[in-house]
Amino acid sequence: MSAAIVPDHRGRYGDFGGKYVPETIMFALEELEKAFEEAMKDKEFQERFQNELAIYSGRPTPLTLAERLSEVNGGAKIYLKREDLNHTGAHKINNAIGQALLAVRMGKKKIIAETGAGQHGVAAATVAAKYGLSCKVYMGKEDIRRQALNVFRMKLLGAEVIEVTSGSQTLKDATNEAIREWVAAVEDTFYLIGSAVGPHPYPKMVKNFQQVIGFETMDQFTRENDGSLPGAVVACVGGGSNAIGMFAPFINKDVPLFGIEAAGKGIETNQHAATLSKGTNGVIHGSLTKLLQTEEGQITEPYSISAGLDYPGIGPEHAYLHETGRVKYEAVTDQESLEALKSLCLNEGILCALESAHAVAYSLKLAKNMNKDESVVVCLSGRGDKDVHTLMEKAEGGNQHE
Amino acid sequence: MNKRWTAFQNSADYRFVPYIMAGDPCEEATIELSLALEDCGAAALELGVPYSDPLADGPVIQRAGMRGLKQKMNLEKTIKLVSKLRERGLKIPVIIFTYYNLLLQLGENRFMTLAEEGGVDGVLVPDLPYEESSYLKEMCSAHHLALISLVAPTTNKEKLNMLSSEAEGFLYCISSLGVTGIRSEFRDGLNDFLRAAKENSAVPVLVGFGLSKRNQIEQFEGTSDGFIVGSAIVKKIESLENELINNREEAIREFKQYVESLLPVYSR
Repeated sequence: MSAAIVPDHRGRYGDFGGKYVPETIMFALEELEKAFEEAMKDKEFQERFQNELAIYSGRPTPLTLAERLSEVNGGAKIYLKREDLNHTGAHKINNAIGQALLAVRMGKKKIIAETGAGQHGVAAATVAAKYGLSCKVYMGKEDIRRQALNVFRMKLLGAEVIEVTSGSQTLKDATNEAIREWVAAVEDTFYLIGSAVGPHPYPKMVKNFQQVIGFETMDQFTRENDGSLPGAVVACVGGGSNAIGMFAPFINKDVPLFGIEAAGKGIETNQHAATLSKGTNGVIHGSLTKLLQTEEGQITEPYSISAGLDYPGIGPEHAYLHETGRVKYEAVTDQESLEALKSLCLNEGILCALESAHAVAYSLKLAKNMNKDESVVVCLSGRGDKDVHTLMEKAEGGNQHE
Repeated sequence: MNKRWTAFQNSADYRFVPYIMAGDPCEEATIELSLALEDCGAAALELGVPYSDPLADGPVIQRAGMRGLKQKMNLEKTIKLVSKLRERGLKIPVIIFTYYNLLLQLGENRFMTLAEEGGVDGVLVPDLPYEESSYLKEMCSAHHLALISLVAPTTNKEKLNMLSSEAEGFLYCISSLGVTGIRSEFRDGLNDFLRAAKENSAVPVLVGFGLSKRNQIEQFEGTSDGFIVGSAIVKKIESLENELINNREEAIREFKQYVESLLPVYSR
């Protein structure tokens, strides 16, 4: 199946995508689209971006064969794409560097961002410090509580963290507030979106800056495996930026792809963030996609133990890949992700983010049903330091986010 | 164009268009507030539909939306509320102000049919820019509804000319960047923007967003054909919430006095 035709000139992935925003910010989207397309054709910009990824973020990140985990689990070999080893500890920095370079190129001095788990907030604060930009990060009150460490990191980096108290006080509401702020300050402010969501050209741009994950993986895997491709590729999806970056070069190859959503307490309950498994078509944050909503169109509050997956929508390209069947989307519960996180810790000495643990959990299931000579590659999108507080509360029997 | 729009467009007055939220603080209050606004000289009424994630609205209207949601108000009930307003004698055009997702979930066809039957005259969708609106515009046209166009100070000249020449009902000129809400001052060049909007417009050009005082409204006389007041009115409704439920007659009297205090003398 070819995905080369999307997005079209209107930013459509089949029925999904587009630009559903107030007229006030249409000019900014047009300005951004033009600047992005020009930058993509500019060799100097591309070289600078690749150079920053190498000398600042520490790319390429390794592709680690998880030998003990594979052995204990049984079945296929499990490889981990180590985005957790990026500077700031997650894949978010790839996109943040790309968008910040674009902001500088456009002459913008201020950036605003939204964050759930805080990884994008930290990445945005980091690049703002590096490139001399001011930075405001919108974050839900509940996420501020859950991710105190990342909040402190953002402040150390000089960013202003703005607490959002509306709605569920999580990523959805932080995004609403960031967009509202952008509408007011659009003339001199760059909105650095952290996932493959939002109006066109954001989903395309985020994929572009994140596809380094997939290209590196393909290169590393084929070199290690005599040119053959993996038996499956797995990544977690909230908004879906690490997944779309990981999937990008594999979409046109004959490799099964799996996007893993947060099933929270189970998709049969109303406490999950399984947008593709349970969502319906609608508009959220400037884009037509699949989302969790009531029959009347009120957006409902998602739930996941993982703040980064706690989002009611999903990037429009994922909605398209779901509809076309190219990517299979599955949901993993809090409990399954916690068990996978522990298993990864105990067998490999790697503490991954709770988001990534969802992908690990599914890869363990998948690998069990595959042969020992096959391989599954999992995107380990970030490290788990930020989640230690949540894990401690869980270990002590505390009740997170209920 | 129906007779309500004809009267609106032929009016020689400086047109006053208020915005209120359906179901805030309850359905019966919305009906009486609407009738009171017509009594005060409103030339048309914008009726908001409560939404969980209103991207273009500031805190005052967000809170009104939450009050409306508590009353279980939705798009379909808002259209039915317009029918009730017609039964109670409201004569001015009514524009439903809804975010696009609500319209999509009700179904565009169903919305059009219900709205046409219910006495709705127009629809305003703040998160549906021109670039995404051609299909809805065609449907509106087939059902005799005006799709109200919004233009902003950031809209380029070419697009402004196109939108103003194609506008239906009225052209909504956003006075300032940002979400809805009360402003203490307006950006430089606003009158130039309004003049440019009027140049090609076949319909009245109205200015809105942030207007909360008579002297602010008077600034735009001559460069616009009318004005829209939302947050200031909604804030007054919020302050009268309990009275509008328990002692409505008195509350409506106070509400009318407030609205009249906002209006330039020549608009009444």
